[in-house]
Amino acid sequence: MVRKDVPEYPTEPLKCWDEAKALRRKYYEDYLTAKEKGGIRWAGGAWSFSAIPEGLGDDVYCITSEPYGATIAFFKEFAMKCQEATEAAGYARDLCAYMRNYWGSELRDEYILADGRIVKGFPLPDFIWQDHICCSHAKWYQVVREIAKKKHGKDIPMYCIDVSVGPHIPRLHDELTDWRLEYVTKQLLDGIEWLEKVTGRRFDDKRMIDAIYNEMRSTSLWAEICTLNANVPAPLDEKTMYSLYVLGTLMKHKKECVEFYEKLLAEVKDRVRRGIAACKHERCRIITDTQPPWGFLSIFRYLEREYGCVSVGSLYTFGLIGMWEVKEDGTLGPKTVPPKSALKDRETAVRMYAEWMLNKPEWPHFFNPRVKSDLLIKIAKQWKLDGVALHYNRGCEGLSVHITQNRLDLLRAGIPVMVFEGNMGDEREFDMPRTLARFDMFMESLGLSKIKKE
Amino acid sequence: MVNADEILNEFKEVVEKRHEYAKAWKERTNGKVVGYFCTYTPEEIFYAADNILPVRVAPGHALEGMGVVEPYIYSMFCPLCRDCCAQGFLGRYDYLDGICIGQSCIHMRQAFNAWRHYMKEDRGKDYEFKYYIYVPHGVQNPPAVPYMAAEVAEFKRAVEKWIGKTLTDADMDKGIKIMNRTRQLLTQLYEFRKRDDPPITGTEALYTVLAAMYMDKREYNDKLEQLVKLLPDRKLDRQTGFRLMTLSSLNDHVDFIHKVEELGSTVVIDEQCTGIRYFWGEVPEKPDRMMAIAERYILKRIPCPAKDWPERWRLEHVKRLAKEWNVKGALYLQYKFCDPHELDVVAVRDALNEMGIPMYFLELDVTVPWGQFRTRVEAFFEALGGIEELF
Repeated sequence: MVRKDVPEYPTEPLKCWDEAKALRRKYYEDYLTAKEKGGIRWAGGAWSFSAIPEGLGDDVYCITSEPYGATIAFFKEFAMKCQEATEAAGYARDLCAYMRNYWGSELRDEYILADGRIVKGFPLPDFIWQDHICCSHAKWYQVVREIAKKKHGKDIPMYCIDVSVGPHIPRLHDELTDWRLEYVTKQLLDGIEWLEKVTGRRFDDKRMIDAIYNEMRSTSLWAEICTLNANVPAPLDEKTMYSLYVLGTLMKHKKECVEFYEKLLAEVKDRVRRGIAACKHERCRIITDTQPPWGFLSIFRYLEREYGCVSVGSLYTFGLIGMWEVKEDGTLGPKTVPPKSALKDRETAVRMYAEWMLNKPEWPHFFNPRVKSDLLIKIAKQWKLDGVALHYNRGCEGLSVHITQNRLDLLRAGIPVMVFEGNMGDEREFDMPRTLARFDMFMESLGLSKIKKE
Repeated sequence: MVNADEILNEFKEVVEKRHEYAKAWKERTNGKVVGYFCTYTPEEIFYAADNILPVRVAPGHALEGMGVVEPYIYSMFCPLCRDCCAQGFLGRYDYLDGICIGQSCIHMRQAFNAWRHYMKEDRGKDYEFKYYIYVPHGVQNPPAVPYMAAEVAEFKRAVEKWIGKTLTDADMDKGIKIMNRTRQLLTQLYEFRKRDDPPITGTEALYTVLAAMYMDKREYNDKLEQLVKLLPDRKLDRQTGFRLMTLSSLNDHVDFIHKVEELGSTVVIDEQCTGIRYFWGEVPEKPDRMMAIAERYILKRIPCPAKDWPERWRLEHVKRLAKEWNVKGALYLQYKFCDPHELDVVAVRDALNEMGIPMYFLELDVTVPWGQFRTRVEAFFEALGGIEELF
């Protein structure tokens, strides 16, 4: 419920903020220096079952494509150079912005670290381990291979798992059948044999099982953290959450991620207990949708500062990494982690891992927009929202697919909706003044005027 | 005695009046018409069911649709899916009893889902049958074949439930035979296009394949069989000109192709959904009919770029077709914003260039700007002809 008065909540920075930043910095540095440590590198999407290559040893380093593309996007000058390099190579500028950033980095043979330092020499992976759900995913890495071959004469082996088997949200919309689960499981099991063949390493099932269990825990923990944002005032805001959820996109299979999210959960619970707010004057609560325009995250601060409007998350922030389930009472909550003993052998663990991943809330909309609409409506009620801001993200067709239909469903459910056009990774397609003007109009439509400054 | 021109004109008539054809078919047979959104839909199941006519949902190529589609599909998605979607909301397909999609690119799914969810809500038009087949994308992964077989089996059960009839092995064999016959005949027809003086233009070939997507194949196959018998003796009163290949998705821009050919060329082969990708590869004879159908759609047909990974199987087909049909130049006709085809442009161009075949890229939209495209195609032809001086 929108407040006309201007409340004043206590705020304080997150204690674990610096640790989150340090973990992310180390991740990109570790990938760069992997060879110096005698390790191996792989590249693939943030969703590509990263626990499985962990079975190859404790010196396996990965770079997940979308977060790297987003990192580039945050540093606009470098992003522009990457996009121009990609366009000069003959690729259209309406293609996925993350992908173009990534290719550009490879074409320029430059690698950017989390703090913006650019180093010479794009660190090529030893193999590609990818999953495919949007039209670009697998083909992204076809081009990565082709660039590597042209520029460095290196042919990088590639394996890709098709996960397009339909929505799997039990108690809401579930089309996962035995044969669909078997299809994904079989690809993963075949993939393990492929990994052994291309790396020459013996696969360690126990290491993989540990990694799968870590992933289940970290993704459930992230969901649990997100549920705390249903409190008023919200202890976290979405812009802050981006720096926290990203660890799940990089290393959800790692023990460090589990430990960090456990720490974060405790801290956020404490903030709730003490009524610590992310937004000092929280008067209005919204969520967004799809990736944000990474180079323009200041729009969140604008809303908080000018209107006391806090974005408490999004299906993207909650469900890209977080694993959820619909509880018996119909609410959304963290997915129940099975006991580790249930992951008793390779086949069982891989099957359970496949089911776990296929439950991802950010996947159903690829097949049926109504499932996402139902999830958004649940979030709106449970997180006590006043409205939804949909980012018509020209940089990502995958997460924007069906978005206009979601808009219709939200409106028909009586939820105020605004839309703004933009691009998560290409600043040429984002108009800041126009976007702010749209947000101003939306706030006005919700009955809010700007907070008067003293 | 019927001649080739008459048959080709019949096909042209069906293509240009496809809705009238479908409505007349319904009235004549009392059957049901299903609109499908992608060539990965196994039509064999519909033909096994006897009195169902599957028709490819096609764009209208007029701007009127763009106003109605905006609430359902954002403008950054391809104009093909938006135009197809629009045709439904304009009422062009109100005669359909069912809709179906073989899992395709993400763009086209939006058109299917808009019809699935909003046609009733917003227009009061409902469908008896609405089905999404989870056709795998990972066609190069071995588990894809048994998976597809399971999906086809589930699809078959859904159709049986709809029509209230079990489809026996004999029914399935009938459906497979009808589809395979179309494939065999079109393959034969395409062989004639290898000749130095092909007896059929690219425009006529395009009409022929499109007619397959709109006509009852039981009637279509009879006419096509007659045409294939007549073609060897057919002589066209025209120069072949530059031998072209078109690469595209749902290229049904017959007028554009005709105009390109009028400039001094013949489209002798294509690699597109409204061409060889539709009919290449037959369903093998196997006791397990579901597995047989799965094999055809996963392994034997030329893959859509959306499903062509990690290796580029499609590229091998493109090179082979270009060589066997003695292609001199290629036109890459890609719908704006089509990711799968955009992602292949560089690889296809490089491969054709290595063979000494120049490729020219043209971006398609709802309509084709012939004025501008004419200039570009003419320039491409000048380059093909080796003319070094323009003036």
